[in-house]
Amino acid sequence: MATAADAPHRGEPPAGPLLAVRGVTLRFGGLTSLNRVDLTADRGEILAVIGPNGAGKTSLFNCLTGVYTPQEGTIAFAPPTAERPVHLVGGPARRRRGRKPHVVNRAGIARTFQNIRLFAALSAYENVKVAAETRQRTGPVGAMLRLPHARANERSSDAATSALLDFTGLLAVADETASSLPYGVQRRLEIARALATEPALLLLDEPAAGTNPTEKRELEQLIRRINGDLGVTVLLIEHDMRLVMSVADRVTVLNFGRVIAEGRPAEVQRDPAVVEAYLGTPGPDEGPEEEP
Amino acid sequence: MNAGPPPVPVRRRRRVPPPLVRLAGWLAAGALLTVLTSTAEGTPTDHLLVLREAFGSTALLWWLAAAGVLWAVLEVWRARDAGPALARQTAGVRAGWQRIAERPLNRRLFLLAAAVAAIVLPRFAGEFYQRVLVDQVAVFVLLAVGLNVVVGWAGLLDLGYVAFFAIGAYTCAFFTRALPVKPPFALNPFVILPIAVAVCLVAGLLLGAPTLRLRGDYLAIVTLGFHEIVQLFLVNKDTWTGGNQGAGGIPHFSIHLDGVHYAWGLDSLPYWYLFIGMLAVVLFLFSRLEHSKVGRAWTAVREDEVAAAATGVPTVRYKLMAFAIGASVSGLSGVLYASRIGYINPASFPVVLSISVLSYVIFGGMGSLIGVVVGAALLTFLPAVFQEQELVRQEDIPIWIGGILVVMMIFRSQGLIPSRRRRRELGLAAQGIADADAMSESPEGRT
Repeated sequence: MATAADAPHRGEPPAGPLLAVRGVTLRFGGLTSLNRVDLTADRGEILAVIGPNGAGKTSLFNCLTGVYTPQEGTIAFAPPTAERPVHLVGGPARRRRGRKPHVVNRAGIARTFQNIRLFAALSAYENVKVAAETRQRTGPVGAMLRLPHARANERSSDAATSALLDFTGLLAVADETASSLPYGVQRRLEIARALATEPALLLLDEPAAGTNPTEKRELEQLIRRINGDLGVTVLLIEHDMRLVMSVADRVTVLNFGRVIAEGRPAEVQRDPAVVEAYLGTPGPDEGPEEEP
Repeated sequence: MNAGPPPVPVRRRRRVPPPLVRLAGWLAAGALLTVLTSTAEGTPTDHLLVLREAFGSTALLWWLAAAGVLWAVLEVWRARDAGPALARQTAGVRAGWQRIAERPLNRRLFLLAAAVAAIVLPRFAGEFYQRVLVDQVAVFVLLAVGLNVVVGWAGLLDLGYVAFFAIGAYTCAFFTRALPVKPPFALNPFVILPIAVAVCLVAGLLLGAPTLRLRGDYLAIVTLGFHEIVQLFLVNKDTWTGGNQGAGGIPHFSIHLDGVHYAWGLDSLPYWYLFIGMLAVVLFLFSRLEHSKVGRAWTAVREDEVAAAATGVPTVRYKLMAFAIGASVSGLSGVLYASRIGYINPASFPVVLSISVLSYVIFGGMGSLIGVVVGAALLTFLPAVFQEQELVRQEDIPIWIGGILVVMMIFRSQGLIPSRRRRRELGLAAQGIADADAMSESPEGRT
């Protein structure tokens, strides 16, 4: 198991991991989607979660972001702004109700979606601005009367939006309708929207899916810059092995809802269990990548 | 001779040419309209009698002739491929018009012109039209603007909207001591306005809090039920509400400040100015709301609730906000209406009214303030005009409005003057990129 020393980036005080997932089990009726999954994301690292289709990667993301509440296990998140870890699920009080997605987001976890989910009717600029505004306290009365604090908030979110569009290289398409943008640009816009909520942890759900080689290279650089320049810890689900191997500090491999391997990319790649999960055992069962 | 079996004759069903099918359709529609819009000896419900009377009437001939002419025009149109050609020819003009309309100065001028027209023109209208303007146009425009917040901006289907209208009206009746249960003091309707807004806000929150976790169709059913509850309460709790007899003698608006005394009376014109004054305030505030954080958050919730929540938008709170704000405008309208008419009973607030307001919003263009105002004004004013000119009978008006809506949804589903956001959305849906239906269930489970 890799330690925090492997994370090359920040020199932050070692106050425990940023995200600690312990023994998370998620069942849908008889189907166990996640089975006692442990996962640790250290501050400032890029952690990749890989695994065959149906291994439970997106379910894990949905547990992290409050879409699903796992039946067992705990998820603790310790953003730099909080004094103590925020227990998203479980914790000392044994609260089985998970936190609502928007509460999770405010705690500092932002995500993108496997199938892009932008606000189709809004422009690229507005998509990011919606996210930049969610922490502000402007209410309907302030907005209607354009009170001073509402105007100040508007200005600050405008500045943040422009800065982020610049950071992701989307300033040129700021006024375009989100869904009219090319696929790869939409992926980047989703990342910009997620970053606008000022997360400490960014979850990327297959950001390279459906992008061309050029876009993949740009994406790789973008992830590095998010991690390096913004200091955001990145948790990445990805099928593109080349991207994972080049960008990730550590890799966790899931198969059938279990963690089967964990470590540096090169180690994981040689792990016999991983090879077996991806290529299948030569035997009577020839379809290893299907959901049971 | 050939010994083989005789060739089986290929039986080909002769297909009726499509134009003739269409002609039959148009003629049938004409005949149907004849039957639906004619009364025979004052019994429009006896369809057979109407049918017999209608055949051979000149009205039928007129309708059939109109259908035939319409068919011929459309066939020529189709044959010449005139639609796309027309679109090409007018593209420049339309783009030019768009440019003119988008310029802020022109927008202001247009608003100014509309305001001046709204102030000046009713002075020259007859008594009947003034009454229509106040009792129909103003009331429904205000209602439609409020419902637009819920349906157009937040994408929640609310079929019980008029319940809040009733709550506003009964609040007015209560505080003016017009109900059987009386407060110890009577208030001026002006003072009741903010009270009614607050009451409806709370009512909206009370209804919304447990139900807004529902989506789409489920929410529509619940709001429908809410309307029933309110109406049944008004009917059955007659010791409080006066039951079916309703409440009469609600006083008019009046001002009694130092040195200034003015009372609104039976005259329509002063009420018109009061209504459009209120409307102007509401429109001003709402236009700001639309392009603020709140308006954007509503659009985000409408577009994709899961993504909105994941971006940190508290979706339930924003839906609740839309519900309450819409309800409060409805309550405002209710007070104005109650004070203007002076008499209300439960039958003044049927479910059909909610549907009508919804259809005005859809007709005008969901989410577009100007569209909703124009749509509601047209659909309430034009029927009155036709009725006054005795072109259409009053009972037939819902048929016509229904027909207009059907045609509208087929040919211009975005509404009369769609909002820019909505236009984008529908444009994308037409290309198959996005989903125009804000009510559809999201695949990613609950939020």
